[in-house]
Order: sequence, then structure tokens, then C-alpha cells
Amino acid sequence: MIAIIDYRAGNLQSVLRAVEHLGHEAKITNDADAIRSAERVIFPGVGAAGATMESLRALGLDVLLKDEVFPSGKPMLGICIGIQVIFERSEEDDAECLGILPGRVKRFDESRGLKIPQIGWNNVTFARPHPMFADVPDGAHYYFVNSYYPAPSDPGLVYATSEYGDVFPCVVAKDNLVATQFHLEKSGPVGLKMLDSFCKWEPGAC
Amino acid sequence: MLTKRIIPCLDVRGGKVTKGVKFKGNVDVGDPVEMARQYYEDGADEIVFYDITASNERRDIMIDVVRAVAREIFIPFSVGGGLRTLEDMRKVLLAGAEKVSIDSGAVRNPQLISEGAKTFGSQCVVLSMQVQSVGPSGQMPSGYEIVIDGGRTFTGIDAFEWAKRGEGLGAGELCVNSIDRDGTTAGFEIELTRGMAERVGIPVIASGGGGSVEHLAEVFTEGKADAAILASIIHYGQYTIGEIKADLATRGIDMRLTNPSACG
Repeated sequence: MIAIIDYRAGNLQSVLRAVEHLGHEAKITNDADAIRSAERVIFPGVGAAGATMESLRALGLDVLLKDEVFPSGKPMLGICIGIQVIFERSEEDDAECLGILPGRVKRFDESRGLKIPQIGWNNVTFARPHPMFADVPDGAHYYFVNSYYPAPSDPGLVYATSEYGDVFPCVVAKDNLVATQFHLEKSGPVGLKMLDSFCKWEPGAC
Repeated sequence: MLTKRIIPCLDVRGGKVTKGVKFKGNVDVGDPVEMARQYYEDGADEIVFYDITASNERRDIMIDVVRAVAREIFIPFSVGGGLRTLEDMRKVLLAGAEKVSIDSGAVRNPQLISEGAKTFGSQCVVLSMQVQSVGPSGQMPSGYEIVIDGGRTFTGIDAFEWAKRGEGLGAGELCVNSIDRDGTTAGFEIELTRGMAERVGIPVIASGGGGSVEHLAEVFTEGKADAAILASIIHYGQYTIGEIKADLATRGIDMRLTNPSACG
């Protein structure tokens, strides 16, 4: 069973529908025991960093994700706000985040005349291989909605980048954790394939 | 690089897709769920549904349509038409829509934009507007007037001023519909689209009049639109979305191509 973490924000249903469409069993939950016993965990969502962290803390999920789920070695997938709150701090709301990975979350540079948020389909270039990329071509387009992007302090965590004004990291990974800035569940056939690869991923085996 | 988006628009009345010309003489053209799935498979970047059903009880039919569509397509889709309250917006989002498109409801109650943005996020709130060319005047410097209630009520509001205000209130995108061009396939109202794009810092979706690949190329370049809505030319099978996007790509416009044979 895949636990889709419910922190009372974002469009969790669309992730659930996509996972079920792919033939995997999943459940939207914020119950600690259900998350502990899940085979894998998806942390999706749309939302602001400050409000997201507040919800996670109120539900006790911040400690659970960082100190239990990540060290347990089970596959974890962050989507959109889920790629941002795994870092130490976000410029959005100046929020202190989970700190599972070293680095910060930055805002796109408004002074360059960019429309913020970025809304639409952008192409994603792989920086290094990952099991998530097994069934999708390099350079395909995925659906983004974001004003902020992750800036890991260790460049080795960056698995793919995209470009909006500047090149920015859009897939990061470490051990059993992988996260995408784009919405896998809304990125058509390639998004579904990458999501399916996550649902089958055995981090220990590669 | 961010691509330009091609967005099929499905006007839904009583659970069926319908199409008129300049908002009149609508005829049914198909089943919304089947059409949405077809456009998804053809490479649509997003899909828009407008509920043009008048009565309240029939609005539940639309929620059922949204639920059924959400199980079939895995790209963003928005729903508009008759949304007047936060609760209306919440219903369509919970049924599976990514975005809500608000129009007359926002003109009557501009707070709907700010409350929607605060509650669901700006990225969820598309401010849609029906615009008619009336010629510049003291009250209407741009010559473009906002019309509501399906083209029936003139508001005396200048379209460019309304766009700025909507952006300030938290709208995430603007959808600009030209009533003069709606359903005519005579080409987009380029001046209107460009005027909007030059005044706001949020994406502008052009709507009304798209009848050929040339029209799309024009609205994306001279019209500075980020996305364009199509209805008539794809509903009647003149072109497929895949063909349109492949053709635009050969003209140097950034497109997401999903059909490998079209990628060259």
C-alpha cells in the first residue's frame, strides 16, 4: 500500500487517481501507523511552505517523515511543495522546513521580467541516471506550477534540471528519497510513467 | 523553456458539449468525457470546461462530468461557468478540477478573486473575461468593454483596467475571450491579447476566433499570448491537436509534442 500524506492542502485526489489508474493500491492518510506500515510514501501538494510546515507540525508528521520514514529506507516521493519542504529553509514565508536534505528553497528572479508563478509545460533535462527515469525520454515536458525552486547545497543531489530564466533543479534524490518540482500526476503519459517507476522502485536493489 | 499551451474548450450544457457562434445558436457536438479523453490523447496541454447550464439543479450534472473527466485525463483542467461563491469553487476543485475559471461572478463580487486565491492559491484561480470591442471613449479608454451573463449585460468596465485589478486581487491567469470573434474562426483579436499581455505579469490565455494554425502562430507571437483556446476547429474535426502542435513547432513556436513521429 502507498500512503499519500494528507496534510489538509493541495490536490491529493489527483495523485490518488493517477496512482490507482496505474493499478497500484494507495490511500490518503495522516495516520502515523498507516504511514509507518505503508510500503512507500508520497508527499504531494500545492501550497505555501509556511502553511504546509504548520500543518505537518500540528499533525506530528514533520518528525515522523524525517526521523522515521526517511531512515526506514522505504521509497519516498515528494511532489511540488513536497520537493521544497524536504530542504532546510524556504524563502517562501521564511519557513523553517524539514531539513532532510541540505539546502534552501529560492524564489524565481522577478527582476528578470519572468511571469511568476511559472505555469505550464517545461522540458526536463536529466543530470544523472535514476530508476525514476527508466521509461521516459530525456528532455520531455512536464507540468509545472511554481514560484520557488529547490537549491540543494550539494550539487550531487540534483538529478534533473529545467530552465525558467535560469537553470534550476527540478528532480532531487538521495537514497530512498526522490522528489520532483513538476506535477507527475498532471504531466500526461510521461508523468504517469515516471510515477509508475516510483511505485515499482526498490531503492536497495539498484 | 516553457511552451505555449493549446487548450481545447468544451462548453457543457445539460451534460453535453455544445458550440455556438457569438454565444448564440448552440448545437450539441458530443460527450464531454469522451471528447476530453480524445483531446488528452491528441496532446492537449490543458482542457477547459464551461458549464453553460442555467439552472442550479442541473449543475450537479456538471460535478458528475468533472468527476468522470478527472478519472480519464492526467493533465490540468479547469472548470468555469456560473461560479459565484467559494463553495461553488470548492465543489469543482474537490471533484477533480485543477483550476476554477470565474467570470461574471468575479465582476459582481471582486472579492471572489481574492478569497479564492487565499483559500486555494492563485494558481487555482483563472479570471476569465468576455470582452466586446465598443470603440475608445472617455469611460472606456481601451475601447474594450467587459460584458457578463453570457454576453447579455454590458458593465461599463474597461477590460484592461479589470485585468489589472484582477491581477492585483490575486488571479493566477487571465483568460480573455473576444465576443466579436467567438466561434467565427476569423482569427484571434490580436490587439486585445497583446494589450493584456503587456499590462499584466500573469499568463494570458487568448480565446475566441482561432480558426487556423496561422491564427495561433499570430496570437503566440504578435499577440504575446501564453496559451490559446480552441473549440470550433477541433470539435468539427478540421484539425487534430497533434497536427496543429506539430505545425506550430515547425514555425519555431515552442510546443510540447507528445506524438513521437511528430518530434522528427
